[in-house]
Amino acid sequence: MIEINHLTKRYGPLTAVDDISFQVAPGEVLGFLGPNGAGKSTTMKMITGFLAPTSGSIRVCGHDVDSAPIAAKACMGYLPEGAPAYAEMNVRAFLDFIADIRELTADRRRSRLDDVIGRLALGSVLDQAIETLSKGFKRRVGLAQALLHDPPVLILDEPTDGLDPNQKHEVRTLINAMAKDKIIVISTHILEEVDAVCNRAIIIANGRILADDTPQQLAARAPSGRLDDVFRTITTQGAVAHA
Amino acid sequence: MRNVCALFKREFASYFATPLAFVFIVIFLILTGAFTFFLGGFYERGQADLAPFFNYHPWLYLFLMPALSMRLWAEERKSGTIELLMTLPVTLWQAVLGKFLAAWAFAGVALALTFPMWITVNYLGDPDNGTIVGAYIGSFLMAGGFLAVGSCLSAATRNQVIAFILTAVLCLFFFLLTGFGPVINVFSGWLPQTIVDALASLSFLTHFTSVAKGVIDLRDLLYFATLIVVWLAATAIVLEMKKAD
Repeated sequence: MIEINHLTKRYGPLTAVDDISFQVAPGEVLGFLGPNGAGKSTTMKMITGFLAPTSGSIRVCGHDVDSAPIAAKACMGYLPEGAPAYAEMNVRAFLDFIADIRELTADRRRSRLDDVIGRLALGSVLDQAIETLSKGFKRRVGLAQALLHDPPVLILDEPTDGLDPNQKHEVRTLINAMAKDKIIVISTHILEEVDAVCNRAIIIANGRILADDTPQQLAARAPSGRLDDVFRTITTQGAVAHA
Repeated sequence: MRNVCALFKREFASYFATPLAFVFIVIFLILTGAFTFFLGGFYERGQADLAPFFNYHPWLYLFLMPALSMRLWAEERKSGTIELLMTLPVTLWQAVLGKFLAAWAFAGVALALTFPMWITVNYLGDPDNGTIVGAYIGSFLMAGGFLAVGSCLSAATRNQVIAFILTAVLCLFFFLLTGFGPVINVFSGWLPQTIVDALASLSFLTHFTSVAKGVIDLRDLLYFATLIVVWLAATAIVLEMKKAD
């Protein structure tokens, strides 16, 4: 369970996230939609405990991110935007490091490593330095890192950015396969992705939630029945109303 | 502790993943050798001790230690891995400590590889090995001081060159020159003696020199320990303040 209450983040005079509240329950795959600079990444950085909110509270799996950050972080897997990883390390050493930090030992460590390496097809690049990998592989290493401890909550910031269509399809299949009992929050500006993997979508612009519904219901709001039209209508209206 | 260990392992291995470790160690050994034999007049002095070797350590560390510490946090910031690190279940203190200890241990390895110097002096004469051990300890502690200062300044920027320059300049003015004879003489002309003494007591040089003479005084050890803890705390504060910049 993720519970977000009146979350606000200000950078000086700029309000990046403006009093948003929502909850996500297990089994939900929440798509976080919005134009660039809408506050998607900022919200995710606050959920994962990287940024401290200006006000408001976040609870993940019952742990308050501010007062019990270690417990909250332990139950989350996070793919930051751009999938940063230690460039000079090889994939195996990097995943070993994450396994150390996630306190995976003995059999479970081996089975989890085998599982993510298999699922993300990293077997062929295990001994390669991360800096020498293609964008697609780097992204998959980032996903492997987030999935390694099989967390109940996954926060993925643009998980398919930079992947080719086949790789996108694989990542979406992966997300669908895990969706049953987990909480998955993904941010994207690819609307077809929302259709493909999400069972709930939140549209955010200028730091505010403008819509929160199933992708089907959202699409039905436009006469054309297309999600892009709804997205455009909602986000441009929001911008006008805000200005 | 587990986490500090894991972070230490990763950081320490990263020195060896690039030519940095090799280049650093080779340059370190060449320079210590050159200083000892040419500037220090190791043979000409005709004394079996390692004073000419250790005397130049503070000045050597002035630009070698910032080269080790500059990447500690600046690189994490630049590559964005700081976001990964800070969202793993580790505390800020564990991260600061693990990284610092890795840099310090690496400096320790470089220092330990100067052992042929010690063998040489034992072969040539009959030195006071207790003094030499003391000097090694002092040199290692001083390296820790430089690295702790460097860790803090590396945390303040995403640019490694800036981290390097700031560390070198700060260490030069606050921790070396304040204890350097000729500079002290200039200052004592127009500053009250107590202030000059206070400044000198804050200097790496003052404390290193006394340890290097083989006199291991608790106050000198305490000085370096305090210095390291204070600068690591400052590292944590700087990171906390500007994690995302």
